[in-house]
Amino acid sequence: MQPFKPVLLEAVGVSDGYTLTSYKSRGGYAPLETTLSEKQPADVVEMVKASGLRGRGGAGFSTGLKWTFLPKDHPGPIYLCINADESEPGTFNNRILMEDDPHQVIEGIILSAYATRASTAYLYLRYEYPRSWHRLQAAIDEAYAAGYLGSNIRGSGFSLELYLHRGAAAYICGEETGLIESLEGKRAWPRIKPPFPAIEGLFRKPTVVNNIETMACVAQIARRGVDWFKSIGVPADPANPRDPGSYGPKLYCLSGHVEKPGCYEAPLGITARELIDHFGGGVWKGRRAKAVIPGGISMGLMTESELDTPLDFAGPGKVGCLGLGTAAVVVIDETVSIVDFLHNSCRFFAHESCGQCTPCREGTSWSLRLLERIKAGRGRLKDLDILLEIGSTMGMMPGSTICGLADGAAWPIKNAIKKFRGEFEDTIKRTNPSGWMVTDPVPALPIVGAH
Amino acid sequence: MIAKRSVLTDEMVAKIEALAPRYPNRQALTLPALHIVNAELRHVPLEAVAEIAAILGLAPAEVQDTLSFYQFFYQEKPHGTVRAFVCRSISCALRGGDQLLEHLCHANDIRPYGTTADGSLTIEPAECLGACDFAPCILANDDLLMNMTPDTATAALKQPRAKAT
Repeated sequence: MQPFKPVLLEAVGVSDGYTLTSYKSRGGYAPLETTLSEKQPADVVEMVKASGLRGRGGAGFSTGLKWTFLPKDHPGPIYLCINADESEPGTFNNRILMEDDPHQVIEGIILSAYATRASTAYLYLRYEYPRSWHRLQAAIDEAYAAGYLGSNIRGSGFSLELYLHRGAAAYICGEETGLIESLEGKRAWPRIKPPFPAIEGLFRKPTVVNNIETMACVAQIARRGVDWFKSIGVPADPANPRDPGSYGPKLYCLSGHVEKPGCYEAPLGITARELIDHFGGGVWKGRRAKAVIPGGISMGLMTESELDTPLDFAGPGKVGCLGLGTAAVVVIDETVSIVDFLHNSCRFFAHESCGQCTPCREGTSWSLRLLERIKAGRGRLKDLDILLEIGSTMGMMPGSTICGLADGAAWPIKNAIKKFRGEFEDTIKRTNPSGWMVTDPVPALPIVGAH
Repeated sequence: MIAKRSVLTDEMVAKIEALAPRYPNRQALTLPALHIVNAELRHVPLEAVAEIAAILGLAPAEVQDTLSFYQFFYQEKPHGTVRAFVCRSISCALRGGDQLLEHLCHANDIRPYGTTADGSLTIEPAECLGACDFAPCILANDDLLMNMTPDTATAALKQPRAKAT
């Protein structure tokens, strides 16, 4: 592996790295001043488009392109929402950025607001991050006092108000229209699209929703340039005109059964095996990996033999996973039952389904009940087919739900059963020797509570 | 009109009103208002819902609709002075999160989401706390308890702690 000096994480380990003084000593806010005095908003949009930056929140959509969907010459207001509702199991890179280098995030927000002509930005922060809340609020106060936020920023004529808004422990608020509904004071039910938020979003006004790490990338692109950003990562595949490439550094969250869990910065395209061996100190206790989640639990599973897959935006999809997601890599060692893994995944999604779309509300709940029955020693082989049927019929891809939560719930089910079917069958036959072959209907199981 | 309030204090109302200029309408103050009340009372009783609705110019049902979605705000009685969220999502589960939750409930003689008889501690299972690098972890009020074992967690949850912000 080529040596790589962290950029997004350069403040980690610096004792006062979260202060304005430290951030400025590292070159922070100078690019903002230059941008505000010398560049037009359209130049910033062009810069981010040219960099090839793709959103770091999970979907990987081009950030610059997203900005261009805003209506031209809109009288305003236009809103910028920063999505810090990081709740995907295994993911904590936004927390590290907010706690250790909040000014990098804030500079990115100001640049992005300038580009999108937003004069109000809301940072939607999940409730479970009180430390991030305090660090961000202190940093925002510093930025106001130094004239980087508020009216007429550094004499440029551009004004921006940045407000923190706290969630209340619901995963669905990370879906961009769920976030918007929650911010408006309603239940966080995702909206049917179109209209997309760029046309009609927060308070029915044009809105851009971007992730925290995306904001940090914008700040670094402004500081180091488009060529620097494009020199890192995996270039677009010339044979595939629809591949926009995977450029730039990425924060990978490594957790589970590794010796050294943590958030590590590497060029997009590092393989899961390199990440585990080089950064993570290998699978813990000298064991082997049975399976690895490539990017948060929604993305499904890779087997041990698939660990050389590059973790760029296109990589995990080549081995049947949903995508790169949040690049949260969770290692599951050989001692773990894959039934237990899937039960944990189904429990999460049954709890977090917002309940708006029937296929997701019922699908996540029934998949959990099936897994509970299997774990209780009453599983039948037919259950695996039912689980696969649930997995293949709920979500935006089969077209049965409004948002992608159900696709994320379906992928672990589909991957686990397709890639580890033998283990499921062995477990069912071993734990239910007299009933595994039965196919008669069974009475309904108790209902599972959910959001 | 001077509304008579029985639950919300003038201080809470002032905190809510201080946030009003941030939003173009008052419904957006719903979640901040619920947090302000909950931080003081450790629950949001129905009277508070009606009073928040009156301040924001909403129907009580609109506030209750939002509140009930989150399953975060207690309504019938306050949660403990320490509210401990024990993570059970995958990274913590792989390192003993479920066993930790079970142990803590057993040691304190309560069920998940239960509060001890003296009102000092509520234990709740939580989905990913975003601290997988310190699994298994617990969020106790504003404090993140990292790399917990049943023994260290039992001891840590006996410590007094500042209230959640």
